[in-house]
Amino acid sequence: MVSKTTDTSRITEQEVWSILEKVKDPEVPVLSIIDLGVLRGVQLDASGKLTITITPTYSGCPAMDTISMDIRLKLMEYGIREVQIIQQLSPAWTTDWMTEGGKKKLRAYGIAPPNPKQQVCHQELFATEAIQCPHCNSWHTELISQFGSTACKALYRCTDCREAFDYFKCH
Amino acid sequence: MLQTITKDTGNSGLSSPFRGTGGFILHLADSALVLGQRNAEWTAHGPVLEQDIAITNIALDLIGQARNFFAYAAQAYNESKDAGKASFNNLLPRPWIAFNRELQEDDLAFLRDERQYLNLLLCELPKGDWAFTILRQYLFSAYQLPLFQQLAQGSDQQLAAIAAKGIKEVTYHLRWSAEWVIRLGDGTEESNRRINKALTELWPYTAELFEPSQIELDAAASGIPIRLEEVQVSWQNHIHRVFGEAGLTVPTNKPFQKGGKAGIHTEHMGHLLAEMQYLQRTYPNQQW
Repeated sequence: MVSKTTDTSRITEQEVWSILEKVKDPEVPVLSIIDLGVLRGVQLDASGKLTITITPTYSGCPAMDTISMDIRLKLMEYGIREVQIIQQLSPAWTTDWMTEGGKKKLRAYGIAPPNPKQQVCHQELFATEAIQCPHCNSWHTELISQFGSTACKALYRCTDCREAFDYFKCH
Repeated sequence: MLQTITKDTGNSGLSSPFRGTGGFILHLADSALVLGQRNAEWTAHGPVLEQDIAITNIALDLIGQARNFFAYAAQAYNESKDAGKASFNNLLPRPWIAFNRELQEDDLAFLRDERQYLNLLLCELPKGDWAFTILRQYLFSAYQLPLFQQLAQGSDQQLAAIAAKGIKEVTYHLRWSAEWVIRLGDGTEESNRRINKALTELWPYTAELFEPSQIELDAAASGIPIRLEEVQVSWQNHIHRVFGEAGLTVPTNKPFQKGGKAGIHTEHMGHLLAEMQYLQRTYPNQQW
């Protein structure tokens, strides 16, 4: 357990990772920024300077500013005030950066997790992906809209249990 | 009547006061920003809720891409030496000079004058009806995708990273808008009439997508891998396929409207900027 009075002279990179596990995606609060693959790196140099690298899911993702602030606030709880946060675009984030644990949490939360990118990301018109309903596990589902409540989600409906659900779309 | 006055100096592109790669990056940013602004006008006015959400999500993606390009241009300016700075000479926002601080992305987005914007004219036209908005988005996405695919291969790492990030978004935009072009073209008599009307209005503006201007020539000369003739082939192939399915005829008349990439705009641009820039012009450096 990391004590709440740590400063960067006594903390390790591994401890910073475990603190940042507590920072959640503001739009999908069941996922940490590590589950999501948004946290790319934690670097602590010899002088105690802490640099954190994050990557946006989408170019216009409005959550990035919130995530940066949440990282600062969370680190402040542990006495870490000096931190540089870098937004890195390359290599571009894809849904393959999401951890398997993250995908399980999404499903439990009622959001269908993304299919593996190589299988289904394509440009075919009117083609729809086979998405499993996160509520009843049926594969009898249909697309309502390619764009959903946030940039990263599409809206589906299950034709068996009749529930609508979000799908974290392949990207 | 939409009218654009341009000075054509022959095959070497439009005469332009803008030089250097700074102009090219701002051109990419401006097209994305201005189309994002137009699409955002649909917020809460879409024909149905799902499509209202779709077009505003697309607006958000475009404005996000614009932010990346603006931030990159501002950084390039701040970090460059005198000679590099000189290539931005005509592109700097006048009010910013008095701020006496480094250039920021918002200065470029909100404080330049109309003649300093280098977006495609296609992007600034009023949003029109749903058919017009759909077709414009489709024509633009079918151009943006192969363009970004070229840029993603470049040796300028930040530009390549911004383009690679955008490719995934544009792929969705292209698919969504192409499906809608087919639905409207192959839909009812009314939807077919409307999309044909939109095609007549938009077609003339497709000229400048593929005609290299000074900013693209400069960018290519400094090593940015941009080949508009290949972008055009990809665009034409996509359009022939989708128009075929939509029952639309690809117009045979030659598109002719151009000027945006040289800072010469339609009468609609000033109105768009007046609304978009109002807050930063009235309350400089205001944040919320």
